[in-house]
Amino acid sequence: MNLISLSWNYIKSKPLNTALNVLLMSLGVAIILVLILLSTQLEENLSKNKRGIDLVVGAKGSPLQLILANVYHIDFPTGNVKLEEAKAITRNRFVKSAIPLALGDNYGGFRIVGTNHDYVKLYEGQIEKGELWTYNLDVVLGANAAARLKLEVGDNFFGAHGLSVADLEHDERKYHVIGILEQNGSVLDNLILTNIESVWAVHAHEDEDHEEEATDTKVLGSAFETGFPDGDEADEITSMLIQYRSPMGAVQMPRMINANTNMQAASPAFETQRLFSLLGIGVDMLRSFAYIIIVIAGLSVFISMYNALKDRKYDLAIMRSLGASRGKLFVHVIIEGIIITTLGGLLGIVLGHGLMELLANSYEKSDEIGVTGWIFVNQEFYVLLISLGVGLIASLIPAFNAYKTDISKVLAEE
Amino acid sequence: MISIDGLSFGYSDQKVLSIPHMEVKEAEHLLILGNSGSGKTTLLHILGGLLQPKEGKVVIGNTDLYSLSGHQRDKYRGQNIGLVFQKAHLISALSVGDNLLLAQYLSGTAQDKGRVYEVLEELNLGNKIDKKVRTLSQGEQQRVTIARALLNRPRLILADEPTASLDDDNAMKVIALLKNQADKYKASLLIATHDQRVKEQFKLQLNLSTS
Repeated sequence: MNLISLSWNYIKSKPLNTALNVLLMSLGVAIILVLILLSTQLEENLSKNKRGIDLVVGAKGSPLQLILANVYHIDFPTGNVKLEEAKAITRNRFVKSAIPLALGDNYGGFRIVGTNHDYVKLYEGQIEKGELWTYNLDVVLGANAAARLKLEVGDNFFGAHGLSVADLEHDERKYHVIGILEQNGSVLDNLILTNIESVWAVHAHEDEDHEEEATDTKVLGSAFETGFPDGDEADEITSMLIQYRSPMGAVQMPRMINANTNMQAASPAFETQRLFSLLGIGVDMLRSFAYIIIVIAGLSVFISMYNALKDRKYDLAIMRSLGASRGKLFVHVIIEGIIITTLGGLLGIVLGHGLMELLANSYEKSDEIGVTGWIFVNQEFYVLLISLGVGLIASLIPAFNAYKTDISKVLAEE
Repeated sequence: MISIDGLSFGYSDQKVLSIPHMEVKEAEHLLILGNSGSGKTTLLHILGGLLQPKEGKVVIGNTDLYSLSGHQRDKYRGQNIGLVFQKAHLISALSVGDNLLLAQYLSGTAQDKGRVYEVLEELNLGNKIDKKVRTLSQGEQQRVTIARALLNRPRLILADEPTASLDDDNAMKVIALLKNQADKYKASLLIATHDQRVKEQFKLQLNLSTS
C-alpha cells in the first residue's frame, strides 16, 4: 500500500466517472496530436521537395498553382512555354542550373515527367533496379509508382493523355520500363521519368499521325543527362526549375521574367509559406478547439474530484487519524488527478496515431504526400506533459481542501 | 500512562470544557460518561491529538502531545493511539486487508501482511481479508475498525461511542473485545459513551454531565 495504489483504488472505485474524464482528455489530446503529426509531416515533405529549387518558371497563371504542379506534382500545370524562350532564360548570368520539365501524360494516375538526369540528382534519387534512361521512350519509375502499377524492368505500357486516370490512351507509342528508383520519400517516388523528347514524340505522333515514326528503332535523347533537348520552334516544355548562382538572382530574375517575357516565375519558398499561412488559419482553429476540449476535461476532473471529496472527507479525516500528515493527503489527491489526466493523455496519443493512420489510409493520395500515423515526434512528450499539468491544476483546489481537513470537526459530525 | 493538566477547551464562548487534572495508568480502563453535547468527543479528540486544547497539557508516557509539531503528532498518533469511532469509518474503495495495510503505511510502520492477518484472525475476521468493506455487516465493520486500532499495538485506545449503532448483543461483544484486547496489549482504554448498557462493565468512570 502506498499513495499511488491508494489513489489508484479510488479511481477504480468510480469506473464510469473515470472513463468519462479519461475519454474527454484523450479526445483533446488526440486532435492536437493529429494536427501535430499532419503539419510536421506536410511541412517536412514540402520543404524536402523544394530543396535546391530557387525559382520555377512556367506559363502565366497562378504562382501557387505553378509551384504545386511543377514542384509537388499535385495541381495541374498552368500551361506550356516555348522551348526557345525557356532556353533564353538559362543564358542569364544569375542562373546556375536549370532543369526542364514536360508534363502532360500519366499512367494509372502517376505522372509521366519528361526531364533529364539532373532532376533525379536534385532529389538524390538512387537507382534500385535497371538504369537511368538515355533513349527516348525509355522510362524510370519511382518506387511507389512501380509498386502500385505492378511494373517491372522490361515491361511496356501506353501513357494516357492528361494527368488524371480516366483519360484517353496514346495507344501507338509504348513506353518501356528500364529502371526503378529506390524509395527516398521525395516526389520522385510517385513519378514516371523519361526524356522530354519522349513526351514530344507521343504527342507529335498523335497530332500528325506520322506512320513512319511508329517503328521500334531506338532514338538516343539529345539531352538525357543535363540541359535542354534540341527542338524546333513549335516545341514546348511545361516549366523549368532554376537554381541561382548568387542571391542577387532572387532580386533580379523574378522581376525580369514576369515583366519581360510571356512566362511567370514563382519562388517555392514564398508560395509554400503562403500556402501554410492559408492552411494555418484552419489548423489554428482546430488547435484552439482541441485546447478547449482539454480545458473542459480538466474542469470535469476538477468537478468530479471536488464533489467526490465532499463524500470523502471522512476518509480523509480517518487517514489523518491513522497518522497521515496533511502533506500526504495533499499529494494523494494530486496523484489521483494526475493519474486520470495522464491516462487520458496516453490514450489520446494512441488514438491520435490511430486516427492519423486511418486518415492516411482513407485518403488515396496520402502516400503521394507521404503522411502516416506511425511516426513519433518530440512534441508528443510535451503533449503528455500538458496532460500531466492539467491533472495537477485540476486537483490543486481539491487537494488543498484535503490538506486543510479539520479532522476533529469532521469526525465529530457523525 | 496518560495524564492531563489544566486542560481547557471552548468551542464557543459559552461552552468551556475544563479538567484540572486526570490520570489513567497503564492497562487501566476508564469510561467517560455524559449526555450528548457534554464534551465527551471533544475530550477524546484532545487526548487523541486531533484537536489542540486552548490551554493545558496532554502527556502520554513521556510525550507531551501538543509540544510536538503537527506532522510529528500525526505520526505519534498513528503509531501509539488506536481510535475507534461510533460509525465504522473504513475506506470503502479498499478491501478489508488493504484498509489495515493502509493504517500501517500511513503510520509509517512496516507493512506486514502477517500481522494484518493475525489481528483479523483474533477478531474472527480472517476470512474477510479480501472482501470489499461494503459487503460486511455493521457489526463486522466495527470489528474491522477495532482491528485497525489494534494493528500497531497501541499504548492508548480511544473509543468514541463504539456501541451506539449496535444492538445489545453486538454492543456487549464489542465492549468485551475492547477490554480483552486492551489487556492483551497492556494499553490504557478510554471509552466515551452515553450508552447505559455498558455502564456496569467499568469500575473507573468519569461523568462529564455532572461535573
